[in-house]
Amino acid sequence: MTIRHRFTTALRGLTTNRSRSFLTVLGIVIGITAIMLVVSLGAGAQNLILGQVQGLGTNTIAIIPGREPTGPSDSAQLFSDSLKQKDIVALENKANVPGLKSIMPTVLGADIASYGANTYQVSIFGATDLMASIFDLNPKYGSFFTQDDVASRADVVVVGSKVTEHLFDSADANPVGQKIKIKGRNFKIVAALPPSGGGSLFNFDSMVIMPYTTVQDYLLGIKYFQRIIIQAVSDEAVTVTADDIRITLRESHGITDASKEDFSVQTQQDLANRLSTITGALTWFLVAVASIALFVGGVGIMNIMLVAVTERTREIGLRKALGATDGDILWQFLIEAVMLTVLGGIIGIILGSSLAFIIALILSKGLGVDWQFIFPWGGAALGFSVSAVIGLVFGGYPASKASKKSPIEALRYE
Amino acid sequence: MNIIEVKNLKKSYHDGETETKALDGVTFSVRKGEFLAIMGPSGSGKSTLLHVLGMLDDPTSGKFIFDGKDIGSYSRDELANLRNRKVGFVFQSFNLLPRTSVLENAKLPLVYSDVPEREWDSRARAVVESVGLGHRMFHQPSELSGGEKQRLAIARALINNPDIIFADEPTGNLDSKSGKNVMSIIQQLNEKEGRTIVLITHETSTAEHAERIIRLMDGVIESDLPVKNRMSANDEYVK
Repeated sequence: MTIRHRFTTALRGLTTNRSRSFLTVLGIVIGITAIMLVVSLGAGAQNLILGQVQGLGTNTIAIIPGREPTGPSDSAQLFSDSLKQKDIVALENKANVPGLKSIMPTVLGADIASYGANTYQVSIFGATDLMASIFDLNPKYGSFFTQDDVASRADVVVVGSKVTEHLFDSADANPVGQKIKIKGRNFKIVAALPPSGGGSLFNFDSMVIMPYTTVQDYLLGIKYFQRIIIQAVSDEAVTVTADDIRITLRESHGITDASKEDFSVQTQQDLANRLSTITGALTWFLVAVASIALFVGGVGIMNIMLVAVTERTREIGLRKALGATDGDILWQFLIEAVMLTVLGGIIGIILGSSLAFIIALILSKGLGVDWQFIFPWGGAALGFSVSAVIGLVFGGYPASKASKKSPIEALRYE
Repeated sequence: MNIIEVKNLKKSYHDGETETKALDGVTFSVRKGEFLAIMGPSGSGKSTLLHVLGMLDDPTSGKFIFDGKDIGSYSRDELANLRNRKVGFVFQSFNLLPRTSVLENAKLPLVYSDVPEREWDSRARAVVESVGLGHRMFHQPSELSGGEKQRLAIARALINNPDIIFADEPTGNLDSKSGKNVMSIIQQLNEKEGRTIVLITHETSTAEHAERIIRLMDGVIESDLPVKNRMSANDEYVK
């Protein structure tokens, strides 16, 4: 029997039982669709997150006080006052860190801001004038505070869109020039930010941004920093610069043992790698869940093929009487099963990626999220081969059962 | 020249403890070109004998020479191949593929043969026309009458130009007119084309179309006699 006739015979078997073939395929279609959807959305989410992280600039390095906790009992290391003004001085020294382009110490706090009778719980972000360029902030009204404001501990503030909305009753109000009160002290608004937009990793909407010197002295009464953000001269210089920073800070803190560091240095690349590991793991976890649907589909195929073998016992007997070998019958049923699953796989791939495309369209056009549709070639290849394998595995047993039927028992079957 | 020689053929079935002897030592031979009828009441072993002769079932013991070769040592695949090339079957219940045209049903044995595909269509048309179904070529089995279905089954049996045709109660499911028509075709295959026919029946009137009748009873041959007043289905059919 030629291979072509094995296929046409199998195809005829399927087309004479159309509705049953359709229902059988459905399980595989759902499984593969789910996998395609998950893989495509996972890749889109990964792209979005990495895009945001890299939007900060891949030459950005963050210094965080305290070392990374080695265990639950080590949590005190999370909060530390190890980063001080003398560190800034040491890091700014070109002899210590030649790859440093700019440096920005930051402090964080939270308090209630008020304007007239309106009050609003705000996050306070103490930074320098570099904040605007590092985080790509473009004020809707006014302009960012200056280096002089930082040096002179000026009582100036940049407000987020929610702060404007709550204190001035409208998100569209122009609050520049007004004074808001925090901890009994008046701060003059120099700039107002537009809304951050959906899907943004950093949300400045409920924040007030001030010179870090002002926050340290007048609001928090502290002498240390919660984070120092550094930009390297180039992407290539990041690794070397991060090492230089570590050496400089160890020296400045009088630490000789690297494992006793009271700070940690993170590059954007570290962060990007970590995030992509997390989103990747999440994607594959969801793929594993979707695979259960596929497995159930496979069991459905086996069930239907077993029914088909029983139902078509007489046909098997007849074919054998007319000269079909065991192998001919085995192939006929095996090809039927694989055709069903591969067809289901192809439909699933098309359906899954179409759904992912529609979701991407809704997210990007409808909700304004910076979301890109990604066709998951890997997922498609996986889905296609998995569906073929399912056909072979779950079609194999019924097919071998069919091939072993004795012609006479099959012909006698009523 | 004998196409079939069987010696002391036995076939028994085991159903738990009990052993049923369907054939209990059968010896006879069939000449090439002969028309043999095997008769007997139900349970006499005639169907089992046909299945063994048609290589659909293995004998428990005994010798079976087909076309000069002892096929006792043949593998399942070799037997399938032999059935395909040398044997045609006509069953009582037709056994046609549903939802498949007359032409495609007739072609079915070719799928498992070495016949080049370009010959399939012309061969199938020729056999379908030879049984008088030329006008039904693209109809489905469900659209055919009982007699037409059996004629299609005969066409299918003929497509590989077999040496021998086994017919198992071919008229059993037909009215008498269709039955005579089918018998007339079978008789012509024997007389005009010289094909060997082995016919199984429990009706004496059907068996008497053959040249010779073997009567089976409880798995053994009761009698093996030539037919004296042979019936001609063609004459009856014309009447």
